[in-house]
Amino acid sequence: MVIQTEPAPLLSVRNLRKYFPITGGILPRARAFVKAVDGVSFDLHRGETLGLVGESGCGKSTTGKAILRLIEATEGEIYFDGTDVRAMGSSALRRLRRRAQVIFQDPFASLNPRMTVGQMLDEVLKVHKLAGDRSGRRQRIRELLDTVGLLVESEDRYPHEFSGGQRQRIGIARALSVEPDFIVCDEPVSALDVSVQAQVINLLSDLQERLGLTYLFIAHDLAVVEHVSDRVAVMYLGRIVETAPVRSLYTEPKHPYTRALLSAVPRPEPRRDHRHGRIVLEGDVPSPVSPPSGCPFHPRCWHPLKDDACSRVTPPLESVGENHAAACIKLSRDVELPPKTG
Amino acid sequence: MLALWGALLWIGIARWERVLAAPSGAWDHRVAFATWILAIITLCGGSILQERRIHESRTMKGVGQWSLAWMAFRKSHVAVGAAITVMVFYLAALLTPFLAPFDPAVQGSLITERMLAPSLTHPLGTDQFSRDVLSRVLYGARISLTIGFVAVSISMTIGTVLGAVSGFAGGRLDSLIMRFVDMVISFPRLVLLIAIIAFFEPSIFLIVAVIGLTQWPQPTRLVRGEVLSLREREFIQAGKALGLSKTRLVLRHLIPNTMAPVIVAATLGIGDTIVLEAGLSFLGLGVQPPTASWGTMVADGRDNLLGAWWISTFPGLAIVLVVLSFNLAGDGLRDALDPRLRS
Repeated sequence: MVIQTEPAPLLSVRNLRKYFPITGGILPRARAFVKAVDGVSFDLHRGETLGLVGESGCGKSTTGKAILRLIEATEGEIYFDGTDVRAMGSSALRRLRRRAQVIFQDPFASLNPRMTVGQMLDEVLKVHKLAGDRSGRRQRIRELLDTVGLLVESEDRYPHEFSGGQRQRIGIARALSVEPDFIVCDEPVSALDVSVQAQVINLLSDLQERLGLTYLFIAHDLAVVEHVSDRVAVMYLGRIVETAPVRSLYTEPKHPYTRALLSAVPRPEPRRDHRHGRIVLEGDVPSPVSPPSGCPFHPRCWHPLKDDACSRVTPPLESVGENHAAACIKLSRDVELPPKTG
Repeated sequence: MLALWGALLWIGIARWERVLAAPSGAWDHRVAFATWILAIITLCGGSILQERRIHESRTMKGVGQWSLAWMAFRKSHVAVGAAITVMVFYLAALLTPFLAPFDPAVQGSLITERMLAPSLTHPLGTDQFSRDVLSRVLYGARISLTIGFVAVSISMTIGTVLGAVSGFAGGRLDSLIMRFVDMVISFPRLVLLIAIIAFFEPSIFLIVAVIGLTQWPQPTRLVRGEVLSLREREFIQAGKALGLSKTRLVLRHLIPNTMAPVIVAATLGIGDTIVLEAGLSFLGLGVQPPTASWGTMVADGRDNLLGAWWISTFPGLAIVLVVLSFNLAGDGLRDALDPRLRS
C-alpha cells in the first residue's frame, strides 16, 4: 500500500475484485470465474493523473468500468470523494454521473451513429438540466465544441463525417458536458495515428490544467503513459504489481514484470542504448480463469532468484521507496539485468 | 413523374362526377379523394422544392445515415423500379373508387356478359358471375396491400419492443421472452391460422390480427440480436456513464440503431404476408365473398382456367408482381442500409 501523507484522496479503491462467471452446461450455474480484477487498491488525488498500464486482458479497463459502476464489482470498496460508490442508490449514482466521466478507446464505436454532435450534447445537458433553456444549451454546446478544438459548425454533423481524432474530441466534449471532476480515460489514444495521439494528449493535458481534472489514464503504451501521468500503476493478471511516481518507475523499475515491459519500449536510437538488454518474456499471459498460484507472474518470470517460494507466496504490494511499491518477494536483493539479447 | 401527373389528371377529367361526389360519399371514397388531393399537392410541392434546390447553394448540414442510405438505394435501378411499382400499387389501391370502371360486386347480365375475354369495356375480361376482373383486381389490391401493411406493422412493433426489452434487460426476462418466442415459432403457423380462423367467423380484421400476432417472433429475434451486439458498444456505455435513463437508452439509442434490419425485414415480410393471405383466401379461409381478394379470385377462376384464363391469371400476376417488387425493394434496402456493403 502506498503511504499517503496528503489530504484525503478523490478516489480511493481498496481490494477491488471483479470475477466474471463462465456459465455453461445444462445448469445455469457458474462453472468457473474469469478473475479479471483480483484485489486492486490505489488512491488518486485531485488534479493528479494515475496511469494504469498492462497488457491487454490484464483488467485495466474492467477496473475503470467498475469504478464508474458501468459494471458491478464483485468485491472491494470504491470511495469517490468520501462516498462509497458501490453502495450508491440511483439518485446518488446520478450525482456521481455528473462528477465522474469516461472517454473510450474506439472513437468509431463510442458515438451514436444516428445522432448529430449537437443532439448528443444537447441530450446530456437536457437530462441533467444544465445550461438552462434551449438557447442556453446551444450556447453551451458551442462552448464545449470550442473547448475541444472543433468548429462550431460541427454540431449539425454526424459522427461518420469526422476523422478518428475529431471523433475522440467529440467524445471528450461529451464527457466534459456534465462538468466532471474525474475522467476515466480508457485507452483514449490507442486507436489513433501517432500525430493525432499527440494532439489528443495535449488537449487532455490542457483541459486538466484549465479545469482541474483528475484522470485515471488507462493505456498499454508506456511512452504515452510516461508523458501524461504523475503516477503509474502496472497491472498484471488482475493485480497491481508495481506503483510509483512516473519518474522513479521509469528510471528504477523494481518488479521484474515492469522491467520487462520497459525494456520493450522502442528507443529512438537503439544502437546508442545498447546497454539496455531487451528482456524477452517467454510464453503467454496465463488464463485469468485459473491464474498461477503464488505470484501470478512466476511462470514467466526471468528473475534469477526465482524459486519455489514464488509459486507458493502471493506477494503483497510492499513499499520499496518513497511512494514506490512493488509486489515481489525477491526485491530485497537487487540483481543485475540478464544479459542482453538481440 | 409525367405518368403520375397524367393519371391524376385523367381521374380529374374522366371521373369528375365520382371525384365531386366523393367528399360526401362513403369512407373509402373520402379516403380516395384525400389521396388524390394529397398526391397533387405532393407533386406540385416536389417540383417546387426541386426547382429551389437547384438554385440554392448547399448549406453546412450533416448528411445523416438515412440520407446516405437513400443515396445508395438510388443507385440500384432494379430496387428503385420495384419501390416505384409498390408505390403505384398502393396509390392504385387508395384511388380504387375513382379508377375502377365497374362496381366489383355487381353482377352483369349472366347471359351476355359472362366470362367475356378482355376487351375495351372490360380490359381484363369478366368472370363467371359477369363481374369486371379489372375492377375486382383493383379492389383486391386494397385488401391484400392493407392486410400486408397492417399485419406487418403489428408484428414489427411487437417484435421491436419485445426484442429490445429482451436484449437490453437480459437475465430472466430475456429467457422468458425467448422461450415464449421458441414456443410460438415451433407451432406450425398455417395450422394455427387455419384453426383460429375456423374457430371464429372469418373477417379482414381477424386475418390481420391473426397474421400480425403470429409473425412477431422473427422480428423479436432479429431486434434482440441487434440489441445484444449494440448493448456492448461503447456509445451505450457512454450513455450509461452520462446518466441517461434506461428508457431513454432503449428508445433513443438502441431502437433507432436496430431500425435498418427491421425495415428490411418488414419490406420482405409484407411480400410474405400477401402470399400467405392469398393462400388463405384461396383455401376459402380468408376474405369472404363477395369481397374481392386476389386469393379468392385465383380460386374462383381455377375451374375455368382453360376456357377463361383471364379470371385467375390477372390476380395471380398481380400477386407475383407485388411480391416480387417487395422482395426486390427489400433486397435493395438491405444493400443500401448495410454499411459494410457501402463504400
